[in-house]
Amino acid sequence: MSQGKVTYKTSDEVDFVIVGSGAAGGVLAKELSSNGFKVVVLEQGPYLTEADFTHDELKVMNRHLLTNDPRRQPTTFRKSPQDKAKTQQSVLYGRCVGGSSVHFTANFWRFHEIDFMERSKIGEIPGTGFADWPVRYADLEPYYTKVEWEIGVSGLAGASPFDPPRSKPYPMPPLPVKGSGVLFERASRKLGYHPYPAPMAILSQSRPGRSACVNCGFCLGFGCEVGAKSTSLSTVIRMAERTGKCEIRPNCYVHRIEVDKNGRATGAAYFDAQRNTHLQKAKAVILSANGAETPRLLLLSANNAFPHGLANSSGLVGKYLMPNSAALAYGVFDEPLNDYKGFAVSRIFQDFYEMDEKKVGFYGGGGLDARFDFTPINFAMGGLPPGTPRWGKDFKKALSQNFTRTMQIFCHGTSLAVETNSFSLDPDVKDAWGLPALRMTFRDHPNDLKMMEWMKDRAMEILDAAGAKTKWHQPVTEQQFAVHLLGTCRMGADAKTSVINADHRTHDVANLFLCDGSSLVTSGRGQPTMTIQALAYRAADRITALAKSGDLAG
Amino acid sequence: MQAQWPSLVAAAQHAHQAVQSKQPVKFEVFTSEQAREVEAIAARIIPTDELPGATEAGVVYFIDHALKTFASDTLALYQKGLPGMNDLTAEMFPGVVRFSAATPEQQDKILKALEEEGHGPKAPTRRASTMVTPDFLQTIWAHTIFGFLVDPEGGGNRDYAGWKVIGRDPAHSFLPPFGFYDKDYPGWQPAETEKK
Repeated sequence: MSQGKVTYKTSDEVDFVIVGSGAAGGVLAKELSSNGFKVVVLEQGPYLTEADFTHDELKVMNRHLLTNDPRRQPTTFRKSPQDKAKTQQSVLYGRCVGGSSVHFTANFWRFHEIDFMERSKIGEIPGTGFADWPVRYADLEPYYTKVEWEIGVSGLAGASPFDPPRSKPYPMPPLPVKGSGVLFERASRKLGYHPYPAPMAILSQSRPGRSACVNCGFCLGFGCEVGAKSTSLSTVIRMAERTGKCEIRPNCYVHRIEVDKNGRATGAAYFDAQRNTHLQKAKAVILSANGAETPRLLLLSANNAFPHGLANSSGLVGKYLMPNSAALAYGVFDEPLNDYKGFAVSRIFQDFYEMDEKKVGFYGGGGLDARFDFTPINFAMGGLPPGTPRWGKDFKKALSQNFTRTMQIFCHGTSLAVETNSFSLDPDVKDAWGLPALRMTFRDHPNDLKMMEWMKDRAMEILDAAGAKTKWHQPVTEQQFAVHLLGTCRMGADAKTSVINADHRTHDVANLFLCDGSSLVTSGRGQPTMTIQALAYRAADRITALAKSGDLAG
Repeated sequence: MQAQWPSLVAAAQHAHQAVQSKQPVKFEVFTSEQAREVEAIAARIIPTDELPGATEAGVVYFIDHALKTFASDTLALYQKGLPGMNDLTAEMFPGVVRFSAATPEQQDKILKALEEEGHGPKAPTRRASTMVTPDFLQTIWAHTIFGFLVDPEGGGNRDYAGWKVIGRDPAHSFLPPFGFYDKDYPGWQPAETEKK
């Protein structure tokens, strides 16, 4: 029932202004507009569609078609609060309508029960902010199911003995298996593990207006030209627009949330494409700008009443950054896999989801996936075994042998919440709009590095068992670059130790809500997007109830 | 249904035809002398054998256009680096006045010498030659790979020469099985002993 696209004036006080149109913002826009509210979504990036997407690697990756541009938006990095940060690209996120869901891998794992209550189970971990969530898996289960059915997720229910309970099967069968998946499945079974078809937010069957995956091979990092990837752009954003209540306004870079003398948010101030400033007025404000930009925006919005940043009475805005730990191993096989065809991942296992610390010597756990996510240029620059010549006939020979015969095993896992790991405002470096740049302070907790060393060894064993003729791995080192931007405005019942409550409402500002990766209390085991979307569906229900009860009115 | 699909294929075909057209090419940035040197260096990074190399992929045209557009910030590196390569050639092989006039074996020795001095892909900078900055070799190396392997929509990889070498089928859609190992896959079955 299309009612045509609606536009609002900035002076119209809409019900909600949402900052960010990605995994969470898109869902909130769809749900709140479907519930009859007037919604404006402000997206800093452009409104691209399928026709704008391309297989030109240089345009997409080197020229940042879909992501933050480090030339205009520099970021800085340091390992500890004592250091002076240096300018280097430390974060990657989607900067277009649909946000990071446009370019993501589309790995779509539910969190398990343990992720929400692990602190209660294993106790304190000194030096960390390890905590339980104020919600449990059972609270989110209906929303996980809703995500799967609304946006379209491929998978096989019951295939993993480690899966949490679910109320419904997947809406469509798994995507086809790839060579990497077959090799991984056979080898890991031989070793006693339980591999299964990866749940992916990519259509294995077409839906109205969207093709099933055609296996084009330009997936991770790229926008899907046939709408098969279940991004916010290809799903909830369009549903939101069809309500006739929601305006998606691109090229709007929000730099401040305005607050009145009663401490209530009045709207979002932004630069348009010509760098003119506007204030979109709204009865309530929702930040879904991602786990880096949401805390940055709160810090940028400091004023006399909120000298340390908006909604920051706890001092925890930007703290407890958890980027997930990662390790990567590679194998080359005798015969062609042609794994460049298709999407990235077709098989995973979660046997290491919850490890016994007494046996392995570390807290946490994760999952492994079999993949090939190299595009041609990418592969030539970083996909050959260490020591391979980098030019000349032997370089060319290695390219021609290995591109079709290589696969990767990606290990994903927990990050512990450490308070000094954070996003803050850089005191010196400014972005192209003159705003303080995002500064990342990060050093992996030694536990997480220990876990990744261990998982990397398992990945190498699997490659061995699979019959790889050459295998190697990335060194497990301290991370200086974050893609999963989690935990930086954590949810909790206590206003002293968290930024938002279980309704995603900030403890300090009654009509200001935060919902994105920043809301997470623990990191999960490496694939956060589905949980971010389930939280957004739940948040929309909670916010709707509050609005209808009059609780958001001044 | 394949939403958007016909238009995508049409666009891809159009891009493909554009790179196949054999119009006389005028360089946008390079002089013909510079183009000759760039082509010679690129041809040692990805040489031609029974399979096409950087020359057949039209890498020099890709780089020329890149320096006019999205890589214009590296133009100065080329303007300094190309004469530097010629000077180095003359120093190593007296009587040979430019890189492109050296034999392939001599050219490889020049690149090798630079690499050993710490030039080239991702190598740390050590006693780098004053004639050729490490940045230049790193840059032309990357640009050669870009021009060899980018989707032709991106202005390189003429006639999919680069993708022929790596074995990437230029089609825009594929059906399983994709390769050797998934050919006889029977479908996913639960393991015989599922244990938790």
